[in-house]
Amino acid sequence: MAEGIKDKVAIIGMGCTKFGEHWDKGSEDLIVEAFTEAIEDVGIEKKDIQAGWYGSCYDELNVGKSALPLSRTLKLPFIPVTRVENLCASGSEALRGAVYGVASGAYDIALALGAEKLKDTGYGGLSEVSTILGTKNRVIFPAISAPGAFAMMANRYFSKYGMSTEEGKRVLAKISVNSHKNGAKNPKAHLQRVITEEDVLNAPIIASPLGLFDCCGVSDGAAAAIVCRADMAKDFRADPVLVKALQIGISSGEELGFTKWDGTSVETTTRTAVRAYEEAGIRNPREEVSMMELHDCFSITELVTYEDLQISPRGKARNDIEDGFFALEGKIPSQPDGGLKCFGHPIGASGLRMLYEMYKQLQGKAGERQIQDPRIGLTHNLGGFPQMNVVSTVIVGS
Amino acid sequence: MKGIVSYGSYLPFNRISRDTIFKAMGWLHQATYMKGEKCVANFDEDSVTMAVAAAMKCLEGYERNNVGGLYFATTTSPFKERGCADVIRTALDLTSHIKTADFSGSTSAGTSALIAALNGIDAASAESILLCVSDVRLGKPGSSQELSFSDGAASLLLGTEGVIATYEGSYSVSYDFPDHWRTENDKTDRAWEDRFGREEGYRKFIPEAMSGLLSQYNVSLQDIAKVIFPGMYPRDHAAICKRMGFDPSQVQDHLMTVMGNTGTCYPMALLVAALEDSKPGDRMIVAGFGNGSDALLFQVTDEIEKAQGQRKGTKRYLESKRELNSYEKYLAFRNLISPEGGIRAQAIPYTALSLVWRDRREILGLCGTRCKKCGTPQYPAQKVCVNPECGAIDEMEPYRFSDRKGTIFSFTGDLLAFTPQPPGIYAVVDFDGGGRFWFDVTDCDVESMEIGMHVEMSFRRRYVDERGGIVGYFWKAVPVR
Repeated sequence: MAEGIKDKVAIIGMGCTKFGEHWDKGSEDLIVEAFTEAIEDVGIEKKDIQAGWYGSCYDELNVGKSALPLSRTLKLPFIPVTRVENLCASGSEALRGAVYGVASGAYDIALALGAEKLKDTGYGGLSEVSTILGTKNRVIFPAISAPGAFAMMANRYFSKYGMSTEEGKRVLAKISVNSHKNGAKNPKAHLQRVITEEDVLNAPIIASPLGLFDCCGVSDGAAAAIVCRADMAKDFRADPVLVKALQIGISSGEELGFTKWDGTSVETTTRTAVRAYEEAGIRNPREEVSMMELHDCFSITELVTYEDLQISPRGKARNDIEDGFFALEGKIPSQPDGGLKCFGHPIGASGLRMLYEMYKQLQGKAGERQIQDPRIGLTHNLGGFPQMNVVSTVIVGS
Repeated sequence: MKGIVSYGSYLPFNRISRDTIFKAMGWLHQATYMKGEKCVANFDEDSVTMAVAAAMKCLEGYERNNVGGLYFATTTSPFKERGCADVIRTALDLTSHIKTADFSGSTSAGTSALIAALNGIDAASAESILLCVSDVRLGKPGSSQELSFSDGAASLLLGTEGVIATYEGSYSVSYDFPDHWRTENDKTDRAWEDRFGREEGYRKFIPEAMSGLLSQYNVSLQDIAKVIFPGMYPRDHAAICKRMGFDPSQVQDHLMTVMGNTGTCYPMALLVAALEDSKPGDRMIVAGFGNGSDALLFQVTDEIEKAQGQRKGTKRYLESKRELNSYEKYLAFRNLISPEGGIRAQAIPYTALSLVWRDRREILGLCGTRCKKCGTPQYPAQKVCVNPECGAIDEMEPYRFSDRKGTIFSFTGDLLAFTPQPPGIYAVVDFDGGGRFWFDVTDCDVESMEIGMHVEMSFRRRYVDERGGIVGYFWKAVPVR
């Protein structure tokens, strides 16, 4: 059994831009802003960074291919920089590169930075998804969108657990209401408005049964983390955050290619979570996890993720949602920063943005949103579709 | 003995009431009024896709490897240069080692292809030829053609074994008749005076061909159980029959009111309708119209009863329909107006044609693979078995999904992704016999969908890349009609 990453690497500095429709800012502006906050947070200089990992998904949008956009923007002095892309897990994948680089002993200090400039497409939602999966899928895939793929899971979930569409939509509405309640307290969020269940239920349909408020925003943003060996961390700050687990999982393709998967859960999250808990030494996640930033690209995704992460039993997430279990003052606050719902989802940045909130919460610097005495934070990204996807699960603690 | 072995028809699901058209455009030429409705190909259909649909019905229960040729006839080919018969052959997953041909030029192309196919079959061989005729007839807005023209397809399997109607002979008349025409750049028909077409052409050529046929084969009027020919001019249709001496009971309904003038397909759709009602021993004349007329003589055999029980023909498709209810939608489907699709609609990625060629059986033919070790069907074709209990490498055999039905595993109606007819419906489909993939769903309202609903596969225009002139043909799921 491999020993895993637990307690080997510390996060010592982080930065995150305000997320939003930055019509006046390009990727360079966002990268510099996130990076500057991160190095100021840790109090080092650019020359102290020995390697970098850069996460971005849509290279055709503004940013470009390779690690050059990061290195050239920051004028990194000819150090190794790698661009990583793994759909919505790209930001967490950048973190993984930096963390593993440091854990291997190859570097003492490394940078992970994710950025995405989505609002240069000219339309709402993510750009054409079939292209990201290759030239053949472009020909044989249906005219699918991300909300549609997840809407299929909602229909399936409602059907399996005997909920009418109206009933199911009301459960999902509570998830979005919770995120907006938190997002309204976050100056870095894109959407900072409290909404009601009625707002959610009356919103126009995007992909049935999901309406506008079941879908996360689309925005521009960047976030960065600076990591070092755990034994060095106290040299930089008194309150470093330790990486407890860092897991990535990718579909084998059997969900959409074989007839066993039942469409009401995400197999990749389910399996990745098991590995993450094992790596972090967590036996009972419902009792041990203090807070979570989940990949709430859509309300149904967040609901299913509660179950996939073994926080709620299968088919029972509804009870926890209705009990306020995931509220800021609940047992396991979820999306304390407002989630993708309020931040939007500049893909390469999202994983690191989630980590930024966990980091600030663990340091007691989350202001109005501060959760009392958190110990373990979990972030989760889900890229692709319920039917085929990439999942990251990161667990951090003080 | 050679003749018709099997038949199939296809009429698109959409109908438009002629009142809807007349209400929109009748102010221009009030005399064009015509009652009834016409069939309208969906936005994702064309002559090629409808031909495939009719052929799928025609081939049900037949071993496709025995088909030795494929003839396609249309006046509305989606391509000036590309063998449509070859597209259809690939979609039907017929072997490459057969003869194919496209027939075009006039609405007689269907009967021309039928005669060519029948004459081309060696009576002593077991060979069969598949005939597909299909048209998406487009009339200019405000014209009488717009009210009369309709869309549809028919398919006949012609051969020597299991013949349901023997071919006795044909008689043709050919004229360079200027009642209507299209130049290279015309999208819609140009026509000379309607009266001229009726009086000087329709009322003369069809009787000429039919009389020629009767006298050449020494058949008297009384021996004919059904006389079948297009009825684009209903009053003249009746007049022809009366003048030739046919009793109304001998005349096949021209279906002009409920179907419309489906062009090349028209006589074939009527022939299929007649076969559906025929009895063994019936002799039939079928005649076409277009730059003259072809008339063919058939005699129905005892085998017909088997076919009548199994086959989906014109009658079934006349019953299965949905009112389009919007003239503007009709115009948009036919590209007669080009509504704003938004920037998302412009974001069409390029199509790698070398890939489409390489994987033609998979894309156009909807052939996946089945694992020889564990028997799991899978789409798209895999090298490594998708069954996690198996995982065999390179143990696959081709497996065709296009003729298998399936059930809806999950679905949605999407208003974000661009489609010419929102919401874009798509679904994960579990195939009967195994295999799962996701497909667009068409000819369907999302309100009527539910998990577990039965669907079948339909060959469609999945997307069109106007810039590259590329039609991305693929399969969609449709509710079983």
